[in-house]
Amino acid sequence: MANKETVSRTLIVALALCIVCSVVVSTAAVMLKPAQVTNQNLDIKSNILAAAGMLEAGATPADIEEQFQRFEVRLLDLDTGEYVDPQSVGFEDAMKYDMYKAASDPALSTVLGSSEDPAGIKRRPNVAKIFILTENGELQRVVLPVHGYGLWSTLYGFVSLEGDANTIEGLGFYSHAETPGLGGEVDNPRWKQQWVGKTVYGDQAGQPEIRLVKGGVDPNDPNGEHRVDALSGATLTSRGVENLLNYWMGENGYATFLQKLRQGEV
Amino acid sequence: MADTSAKQVLFGPIFSNNPIALQILGICSALAVTTSLNVTIVMCISVIAVTAFSNLAVSLVRTQIPNSIRIIVQMTIIASLVIVVDQVLKAYAYEISKQLSVFVGLIITNCIVMGRAEGFAMKNGPALSFLDGIGNGLGYSVMLLFIAFFRELLGAGSLFGITLLPTINEGGWYVPNGLLLLPPSAFFIIGLAIWGLRAWKPDQVEEADYKMSRHKAKEAF
Repeated sequence: MANKETVSRTLIVALALCIVCSVVVSTAAVMLKPAQVTNQNLDIKSNILAAAGMLEAGATPADIEEQFQRFEVRLLDLDTGEYVDPQSVGFEDAMKYDMYKAASDPALSTVLGSSEDPAGIKRRPNVAKIFILTENGELQRVVLPVHGYGLWSTLYGFVSLEGDANTIEGLGFYSHAETPGLGGEVDNPRWKQQWVGKTVYGDQAGQPEIRLVKGGVDPNDPNGEHRVDALSGATLTSRGVENLLNYWMGENGYATFLQKLRQGEV
Repeated sequence: MADTSAKQVLFGPIFSNNPIALQILGICSALAVTTSLNVTIVMCISVIAVTAFSNLAVSLVRTQIPNSIRIIVQMTIIASLVIVVDQVLKAYAYEISKQLSVFVGLIITNCIVMGRAEGFAMKNGPALSFLDGIGNGLGYSVMLLFIAFFRELLGAGSLFGITLLPTINEGGWYVPNGLLLLPPSAFFIIGLAIWGLRAWKPDQVEEADYKMSRHKAKEAF
């Protein structure tokens, strides 16, 4: 056998190895791509349904697809509060638009100064992707994506509002890295249950009044309908949730759109 | 490594030559992925698959690998296998792969995989190397499952996601131990496990590296 320590031999072995390994890796990536894309889409859809309280335990992929079909996917210009055509952001299908990807594209987003950025998101996409459920021409639900900084991580989630575009029907965060057992309790179903039926806006239109309070909500509190018990032991995560909801429900977020929605202008 | 019978190679690493307890390798992922048993099991299967097949592949080409680039060659094989495993998980176990996140990719840096490729597969035949990979993967798994059992039971009151001790937050009586959900708790459990193992098999106790001399009051002056 030839000496295996020569330079040419070393190069040949290295090259052959690289070719074999890259074939193996790329075959796996290409073959498994369709299944992965299906999983990702299903994951997003089930998060939306979960926020809207429409996800039943043990739902099969077919159930999720079927329920999701009832929603209409719309793109929304956050400044004007009007729907925009998917073509304007370069997509045929509104579902393909990714507002979090757009947030890092200077052409599709706005930089936020520190005073107008309570949620700590730094850049806000100009166009949001929202989900609307209408029945017999009447608005039933609107599911809005929200995100903002908690203690360790950015929380990504959805808020579902009832047909009056004010009453919260549910909320859920599908991606975060808060401390398990403390801030991580944002996933606790019991805590999320408290949000059902709370209202975002009070007398002043466009001014969200959500507060997370320590020690439980006083039943005699006149503003109780905007108040939710904060997470115990997780002051900063609770503050993050409060800030991000008020930001996204405020004038830089969905307030303009929701107001138009209430008046039936969109 | 005098004894290289198949049985010894396969079952030796579980208790008598455990990669975590005796060789103290692979600690990083043992801290990170052991908060719930479901996630741990997927991680264990991934590590077993990667160690077994990387050992097999390295052993098959061991006579061809030039000595000067052998570590890089092993690394490339391991990295390729880990990417394949990661892709498979994303396609067929999406929920769990989301929870494992970056730690599947970090199997590449798991010292056990590299250690077995360099320490065993370079010297032994393919069949034996494959068994050695499975054996070390099992040794790693036994330790991880042991840690995850205590962390999930006492930290979240459940096993495999099934509630056994209903926690206060869910209206039960059990106050979960938050420490066990955080990575440092795995150190305590690993420490206790190593203590238990060495009490059972005293031949694993290492000799002290140094001996402290007796305190002499005079030295203080």
